[in-house]
Amino acid sequence: MGHRTPLYDEHVAVGGKMVDFGGWDMPIHYGSQIEEHHAVRQDAGMFDVSHMTVVDVSGTGARDYLRRLLANDVDSIETGRALYSGMLNEGGGVIDDLIVYKGDKDYRLVVNCATRDTDLEWMEQQAGGFAVDIRERPELAMIAVQGPEARAKLAALLDGERRDAVENLGVFAFADCGDWTIARTGYTGEDGVEIILPGHHAVALWKQLADAGVRPAGLGARDTLRLEAGMNLYGNDMDGTVSPLEAAMGWTVKFNEGRDFIGRDALERQKEKGHHRLVGLVLEGKGVLRAHQKVITGDGEGAEFEGEITSGTFSPTLGKSIALARVPAGTKGQVRVEIRKKHLPAQVVRPPFVRNGKTVYKSID
Amino acid sequence: MSEIPAELRYRTSHEWVRVEDDVAVVGITDHAQDAMGDLVYVELPEVGQVLATGEEAGVVESVKAASDIYAPVSGEIVAVNDALEDEPELVNNEPYGNGWLFKIKMADSGELKEMLTADQYQEQLDSE
Repeated sequence: MGHRTPLYDEHVAVGGKMVDFGGWDMPIHYGSQIEEHHAVRQDAGMFDVSHMTVVDVSGTGARDYLRRLLANDVDSIETGRALYSGMLNEGGGVIDDLIVYKGDKDYRLVVNCATRDTDLEWMEQQAGGFAVDIRERPELAMIAVQGPEARAKLAALLDGERRDAVENLGVFAFADCGDWTIARTGYTGEDGVEIILPGHHAVALWKQLADAGVRPAGLGARDTLRLEAGMNLYGNDMDGTVSPLEAAMGWTVKFNEGRDFIGRDALERQKEKGHHRLVGLVLEGKGVLRAHQKVITGDGEGAEFEGEITSGTFSPTLGKSIALARVPAGTKGQVRVEIRKKHLPAQVVRPPFVRNGKTVYKSID
Repeated sequence: MSEIPAELRYRTSHEWVRVEDDVAVVGITDHAQDAMGDLVYVELPEVGQVLATGEEAGVVESVKAASDIYAPVSGEIVAVNDALEDEPELVNNEPYGNGWLFKIKMADSGELKEMLTADQYQEQLDSE
């Protein structure tokens, strides 16, 4: 038996199909992954993401520590805002991707559960010389409420500062409301919020949301939604051997003057030398793109360079298959993907594929 | 509990066969479709193709995974379910009905004896 979130019984009670996910028993779907996906794109859905690891970083050295630890710069945001960043090793590879919330005095990080142990070990190891306190918060649960109607349905259940936060927070802003943290963030490409709250509050909120017509959605829909939104999945699209520059995360790396973040030298060398890039693919015909399929670029004349799909799926919104693929710089137009020994044409595009319910990808020609 | 009709024969790889004279109608079981989740793509053999028992006959793909389909008996493909091209979800909704995959004209109906009965297939699922 794996770890269980406070919402485990709620998932089982409504037919959640439970699977092991990074040591946690989590719902992959509650009957139909595709219907859950559409609920989030068209109305409102909720995800139990309590398996994710919440780590608070406090102390007088917290700012300096995080400016060394993270490739993105916590100084680039105001208090009350959240930032997406990679945490890199000395070689520039991504140890994990995370969200950092900048509070009045302290910072909060939300990292992946599958990388929890290595993350915490690395963070402790790098803390030498900084006056910081690093504290995991396993007693907290996390619920993501996502979709065009998500904030309206959630706000109707709340009052006071919590309601105000849900209704008025800007994108990537958050508010501490008593013992809840409400953030206008998500992993779906739709409007919505993520709520970090004490584990013993989770069941009541989940039930109220269900009664208000917010549909429980599993990890399956979470994956197709994030891929349509062009968002990376750690372990698929990047890992310790892949730099953020090779994972379409260049925008999260701040090479500001004099800031010596871990991995900087390696990234600067890589920038000079050139590197592969992560692009989107849309399969033109029938079939399904999957991770590890080979991507054949070039025109067939002379040398052919190869790339690889890092995440692929059927896109319920587009009705065709999409993927993220790591390919040589300059890859554009049409490529071929090897699926069961056949070479099928796919269009090279710039993700996201879908945002706020609409198809938005642009081809790279 | 998944449905396992008593009158069909089964393969350990989760295909079912319904015999209509010398033709075997082939699909995947309720258990298999449930385990795969929403199907989004089905690749079927060509009519006229001759397959040996256990040979790859096609692929079913759900949102999360692809799974090979094997010929449960040897023979010639005489029909494929074209409706699945636009409605692969028929396999989820009616795995033993409109979600059938292909029909194979059996070279040797004696091969059916090698297949599992409903009880034997149930036993296999129980032990998985």
